[in-house]
Amino acid sequence: MGKIWRVSGPLIIADGMRGTQVYEVVEIGDEGLVGEVIGLEGERAVIQAHEETLGLRAGEEVRATGRILSAELGPGLMGSIYDGLQKSLLAMIDSSGAFIRRGIQAPALPRDRRWAFTPSVKIGDTVEFGDIIGTVPETPLVEHRIMVPYGVKGRVTEIHEGEFTVEETIAVLQCKADKRELSLMQDWPVRKPRPYRSRRTPSGLLTTGMRILDYMFPLALGGKAAVPGGFGTGKTVTQQQLVRWAETDLNIYIGCGERGNEMADVLHSFRQLKEPRSGRPLQEKEIFIANTSNMPVVAREAGIFVGVTMAEYYRDMGYDVLLVADSTSRWAEAMREMGGRLEEMPGEEGFPSYLGSRLSGFYERAGRVDCLGAPDRVGSVTIAGAVSPPGADFSEPVTQHTLRIVGALFSLDTALANKRHFPAINWLSSHSQYVTAVRDWWNRFDPGWETTRAEAQRILQKESELEEIVRLVGPESLPDDDKLLLLVARMIREDFLQQSAFSEADTFCTPKKAGLMLKAILRFHEKARSLLDAAVPYETIRSSPVVARIARMKEIRNETFEEKYPSLREAIDSVLQPDAAGAPDPSRAEE
Amino acid sequence: MKRSATAFRTGGAEYRPGATETDRPAHEALFVREGRVIQKAGGALLIAEAIPGTQYNEIVEVHLHNGQIKAGQAIDISDECTVVQVFGGVSEVDLKNARIRCKGETLRLPVTMDLLGRVFNGMGQPIDNGPVIVPEGYLDINGEAINPAARNPPAEFIETGLSAIDGLNVLVRGQKLPLFSGAGLPHNRIAAQIIRQAAVKGGDEDFAIVFGGVGISYDDASFFIENLRQTGALERSIAFINTASDPAIERISTPRLALTAAEYLAWQRDMHVLVVLTDMTNYCEALRELSSMREEIPSRRGYPGYMYTDLATLYERAGRVSGSEGSVTIMPILTMPDDDITHPIPDLTGYITEGQIVLSRSLERGGIYPPIDVFLSLSRMMKEGIGEHKTREDHNNVFMQLYAAYAEAAYLREISTIVGADALGSRDRIYLDHADRMEVRFIGQQETERRSVEQTLNLGWELFADLPEEDLKLIREEFIATYHPKHAAREPAPETEG
Ligand SMILES: Nc1ncnc2c1ncn2[C@@H]1O[C@H](COP(=O)(O)OP(=O)(O)O)[C@@H](O)[C@H]1O
Ligand SMILES: [Mg+2]
Repeated sequence: MGKIWRVSGPLIIADGMRGTQVYEVVEIGDEGLVGEVIGLEGERAVIQAHEETLGLRAGEEVRATGRILSAELGPGLMGSIYDGLQKSLLAMIDSSGAFIRRGIQAPALPRDRRWAFTPSVKIGDTVEFGDIIGTVPETPLVEHRIMVPYGVKGRVTEIHEGEFTVEETIAVLQCKADKRELSLMQDWPVRKPRPYRSRRTPSGLLTTGMRILDYMFPLALGGKAAVPGGFGTGKTVTQQQLVRWAETDLNIYIGCGERGNEMADVLHSFRQLKEPRSGRPLQEKEIFIANTSNMPVVAREAGIFVGVTMAEYYRDMGYDVLLVADSTSRWAEAMREMGGRLEEMPGEEGFPSYLGSRLSGFYERAGRVDCLGAPDRVGSVTIAGAVSPPGADFSEPVTQHTLRIVGALFSLDTALANKRHFPAINWLSSHSQYVTAVRDWWNRFDPGWETTRAEAQRILQKESELEEIVRLVGPESLPDDDKLLLLVARMIREDFLQQSAFSEADTFCTPKKAGLMLKAILRFHEKARSLLDAAVPYETIRSSPVVARIARMKEIRNETFEEKYPSLREAIDSVLQPDAAGAPDPSRAEE
Repeated sequence: MKRSATAFRTGGAEYRPGATETDRPAHEALFVREGRVIQKAGGALLIAEAIPGTQYNEIVEVHLHNGQIKAGQAIDISDECTVVQVFGGVSEVDLKNARIRCKGETLRLPVTMDLLGRVFNGMGQPIDNGPVIVPEGYLDINGEAINPAARNPPAEFIETGLSAIDGLNVLVRGQKLPLFSGAGLPHNRIAAQIIRQAAVKGGDEDFAIVFGGVGISYDDASFFIENLRQTGALERSIAFINTASDPAIERISTPRLALTAAEYLAWQRDMHVLVVLTDMTNYCEALRELSSMREEIPSRRGYPGYMYTDLATLYERAGRVSGSEGSVTIMPILTMPDDDITHPIPDLTGYITEGQIVLSRSLERGGIYPPIDVFLSLSRMMKEGIGEHKTREDHNNVFMQLYAAYAEAAYLREISTIVGADALGSRDRIYLDHADRMEVRFIGQQETERRSVEQTLNLGWELFADLPEEDLKLIREEFIATYHPKHAAREPAPETEG
């Protein structure tokens, strides 16, 4: 047991701490605030406090716990909302009301709730780390697969079916020398990645329902993406859309140093929104971590690691998990603050020199893996992290380090957001390395995806070149085929890429609908070009009623789109006929 | 020592909103601890001998040999020494005789309904010659973080009567929405108009205004107080005023006092409180000054790295919480140095607040009042506050279409300044006029003009009437049929009051 020697913000130095280890959890002061040893110098321990230190005084006790900062894993995680230390915020309301009081205990997994456990191994079987020994229906959307904890191997001597709390014994193993009782719950040190058998490359589309992502900048299962953007550009809405509609098995949303009202909005709406495939409340496949900007700074880091640990745990059951972190910059700032207190040599813009390695350590925990244990299974963790660059300047360290790590960049653009073009993802500066990883997935039902995508990108690229000319000479002096290209580019931007998260019909777009929408636009381009060739003036094409019809494609629901598409296509074909468009007969024009 | 430690904790940092602590520890005086200055350092720091039992961040008194008492804060404590930041600087402190007295307190605000109608300075002392405040309790001015799981999402529309806000950047109860302004722009007049017009709405008895003036001129302070008096809202208001000539350290406590008073009214008295804080740029400057005195490693442009978190602990006090009928809505006003929205002060603020209303110098020069740049402005809570039963069913569509058309118009206006309007097609020329109509008719209005949200939306439709109908692609066809002046079966949109 030690004593506080110095307090400076979240930094505490304690005396008499011999025997403690780095990253060991300590309890500080009369209230037992949670802290973590981050350095040792002889008798003295350097501690970062995860709770507010206001009012602490020198001489108060510091108790070592012998534990490393760990996450509780077991049934009860789904649908929960935690602070950065995995304390249940709902349980905290019961004990301390609407305001957070420090030092409160609120265990992550409810201790009184009973879960129905169905064993999948029998007495006499030999099991080891990672083997699934049974299942619990955690929510109607997620079956919780109970795995043998780390470092345990033995023969099953008892296994029970029935209803259990997370602490009760569900199985007994005869290990080498002694017996080991297993319960539904285990824990894992959050800073340590969970092991797997082997890594695979990311593959298969992580369907998000956002056209600009799925079609243009796809994210693959097991991939890593960054969502940088100035304030108000749509980082949070984009991430909320991801956890809302992504076709994954479950999602983890980490609110890291951001707004309380946003968390409230997510929590409330996820109770009401239905998961599209099952019709169940969305929160049954979500875990929330809310360490808002006014909550202790140091716990931002803990929240990130707690979240990714839970993601890996479900991955190990064989699930595809999506984790979003909003915003990683706030975590980086917490590192900067601790670094400053420790009087470390600062790196770029005051961030510690280990910023890059910490960030990559986090993103490296994404991936698609063959899990350890029987039966064989493949799981994945996909990570999308928001980055909040000061002044929307992407040259700053957190953005730059992140860009070196991730495989996809959804670059949010202040100019687009100001015009209310949402999602404000810039189509020229975003990219995805996962195009090859999702090619097979797309080709299965949309052959030609790659060429359609490339054509759309070509048109948008060409538009930005023409734009420079327009600024010099005005739009009217362009030749008609360039005017047409600008019209088509506008269609791609406004009628395809633009997609309101708040429109009921358009908030989620199936890949099928997305593909058909873009094909309609490109077909329009093709037909209109041939009209221009037939000497039909551009203005006639511009004012064709199909232009307005294309603009309203979004409003058609996913379920009926395929059915309605042929008539749209026919309209494009028939309206854009030389005679239908009222064009002079080309043969007569020759005269 | 141990027992006293617990007693002080109760007296200081801990309070429960809802259950106000009424009696200060009677034995307080017994536990006052004293220490001597052993070494002087820097402009505002004293390094004193370790004073056992000093709490991190507690408020201390520095007693000088001449009887003068200065306030300070223990910003670093250890077994070896206590570092005290002295408010107002260490001048006149002599190493031999100065004593530091610790009472185990953090700054607290006495609370009671009698605060309404009163004016205080930045330390919470009355400056209006009113009667002595008899508190029902004391609240720590740092407040406590709202449990995010206990928040109710803000969703109640506040009608400000300004079209640029009610139509395009809606304010809701429990939101934090700042005004980003520049020197000489009419932010005070706009804020005053909002207070006047929003306060009147429904004449709610449970409505209150808390005003926090941070480092402002005497004129600005009296402008607001006078405005409140004229509206008849003064008896429902509390003002905390730290003028430019008051100590900078008090700029740190002024907004905290204001927010603590607001929380008392909202969470304990179920009132809807609008907090106006101005000018928060002065607050940030004070924060920078104190940080450099502490010799902390600065972040961007000399502002401390924790400025984001510090501002967040203020602004996150806005909201609605379950178990209370009240709400805290915060409207901070700040001037952007050099009109630069990427400057750390507006930048960090925008990362924290739920949007921003940005004023534009070019609109102001063009004679538009209120000169609100709607492109740079944003309300993140808008979607919750609008729609059928709240404002009107077409609100979201009108909002999106107004933005799209104005963006198109602004783009064409920009091009036409280079290539001339003749280089535009006939279709494009329609849009050129739209930009002016949008600014003059929709954004612009009188300082005394209070438009209802219906009037604002109808005004939008009047502008749409001049655009090609097929361009209204962000509006559902049924709304076009109902509201477009060309189709509307109802009588023409009422004229706006002026
Ligand atoms: N996909 C979208 N659809 C509709 N509106 C959006 C979308 N993305 C962003 N917005 C609008 O932009 C605002 C700011 O978005 P937000 O995600 O909160 O920004 P950030 O997190 O980058 O600061 C939102 O409140 C919303 O009005
Ligand atoms: Mg955000």
